[in-house]
Amino acid sequence: MVIVGAGEAGTRAAFALRERGYTGPVSLIGAERHLPYERPPLSKDAMALAGAGMKAIADAGRFEQAGIRLVLSAAAISIDRAAREVKLESGVSLGYEKLLLATGARPRRLAMAENSRRCVYLRTHDDAEVIRAHLRPGARIAVIGGGFIGLELAAAARMLGCAVTVIETEKRLLTRAVPAEIAAVLHEAHAKSGVDLRCGAAVTAIVDHGDGVSIALADGASIDADACIVGIGAIPNTDLAERAGLAVENGVRVDERMATSDPHIFAAGDCCSFPLGVYAGRRVRLEAWRNAQDQGNLAARNMLGRQENFAAIPWFWSDQFDLSLQIAGLVDEGVETVRREAGEGAFILFHLAADGRLVAASGIGQGNAVARDIRLAEMLIAKKARPPRDKLAAADTKLKALLAA
Amino acid sequence: MPEWIVACAVDDVDEEDVIRFDHHGRTFAIYRSPEDEFFATDGLCTHEKVHLADGLVMDDIIECPKHNGRFNYKTGAARGAPVCVNLQTYPVKVEAGKVMIEIGGVHG
Ligand SMILES: Cc1cc2nc3c(=O)[nH]c(=O)nc-3n(C[C@H](O)[C@H](O)[C@H](O)COP(=O)(O)OP(=O)(O)OC[C@H]3O[C@@H](n4cnc5c(N)ncnc54)[C@H](O)[C@@H]3O)c2cc1C
Ligand code: FES
Repeated sequence: MVIVGAGEAGTRAAFALRERGYTGPVSLIGAERHLPYERPPLSKDAMALAGAGMKAIADAGRFEQAGIRLVLSAAAISIDRAAREVKLESGVSLGYEKLLLATGARPRRLAMAENSRRCVYLRTHDDAEVIRAHLRPGARIAVIGGGFIGLELAAAARMLGCAVTVIETEKRLLTRAVPAEIAAVLHEAHAKSGVDLRCGAAVTAIVDHGDGVSIALADGASIDADACIVGIGAIPNTDLAERAGLAVENGVRVDERMATSDPHIFAAGDCCSFPLGVYAGRRVRLEAWRNAQDQGNLAARNMLGRQENFAAIPWFWSDQFDLSLQIAGLVDEGVETVRREAGEGAFILFHLAADGRLVAASGIGQGNAVARDIRLAEMLIAKKARPPRDKLAAADTKLKALLAA
Repeated sequence: MPEWIVACAVDDVDEEDVIRFDHHGRTFAIYRSPEDEFFATDGLCTHEKVHLADGLVMDDIIECPKHNGRFNYKTGAARGAPVCVNLQTYPVKVEAGKVMIEIGGVHG
């Protein structure tokens, strides 16, 4: 078994092969030089806390114990599907019985920023080191893109004493997947902490000068910064799959069992698009940590000959300042929302389809105020439940009771 | 030396639920199983230090509220990514409507 991409999905799959009793050789190929590590802290703790190190998914001893051969600093460059071989940059070829592509995604680049040496992106630990070096107290930091990574970094930079400006083209933050009511809470938290938020602002030019970078906006404003962090989304790493002639459709196209158009090759995590059973097979690509684990687990089982379908509900969290947001399901599947208060300003929105079915739940609050109810909502979504609206809205109705109903 | 301390009253914990109990700078989680038995573990997740009492109890599993790591709260065994380090458990007894835990020795 060969796995290309030693990130969250690939690493989980490697361990899952062993947990499922596979005793043959397992190779995990990673382009980065580090032991597989968790990415979410890169924009959170590792940024905000001085000296926070890298959080490894598993230490070297566990890979050794599990008999997983880790090949790091090694990019796979081609797949010979007829011979069932993966070729590495070093020239070495590895034969496979089954192959898993878990190549993740890379930051979308901003053409206007290509000539600037002060514009930076975040995906890897090494990227994070570069950004962290910029976040000195008093430093002026511009963030292009009011998405999760941009906002988490903006919060971290503020906490470290930087002057922060966030530039977002849309009229509000987080338009892609977050309801306006929740985005508004985050907007307020950023504004209150002193982040300068510019929504509905289009960047027209980015120019480096001696000791900084100037970002010109369409309304005539110009923002001077010491560094500019660009967080405008991610693009799936599909080059390898494309060159091998596999079907690609906003990511490596897989079926509900995580198999690509070649039955010997599977894909999982940020690099793949897949049909979501819970939404009548709607094809999506997610960039979410638990999804990468769920799909890595499932791909491993199916590589061993199981025929299991992907049935998990999308789930995501983000931490900014003392606020945590969690979303289960896809919010845009809903046509109506019901709000439940969760105490101390925390609240949950239940998103219902036209037929009253619960299709998503989103919540925000301090610490873990909404976590348990979002998790229960996720189970209700999986059950395709149609909970009564008044029960959803009533804070004293336990969701666990609705689940049992 | 084994030391038994009163953590809470039986009625403080719903069936298939968990509460937090702090004692001398330490924090514990006290569980009541669907079979109406009581259990105790360390209060913080072994992944990042998050209070498990905010999590969800399902049968003999406690699921962490932060990233859904899972433990068997009866044995402390880590049961699913991202958690890989087991949770410390503590002996529990119920006397006169009080849930008592023994935190002197170390049990695993
Ligand atoms: C800064 C940041 C913060 C995040 N925060 C959250 C969060 O709060 N909540 C959440 O749910 N999700 C979050 N995510 C998303 C989450 O981390 C990803 O969804 C997850 O890492 C995806 O796992 P993956 O294995 O698909 O891809 P990755 O983790 O990206 O791993 C892919 C690996 O494959 C390697 N690779 C690519 N091509 C090749 C090749 N040809 N040969 C060899 N190796 C190759 C790459 O170098 C990389 O190491 C965050 C992501 C980032 C970047
Ligand atoms: S803090 Fe418990 S799973 Fe991450």
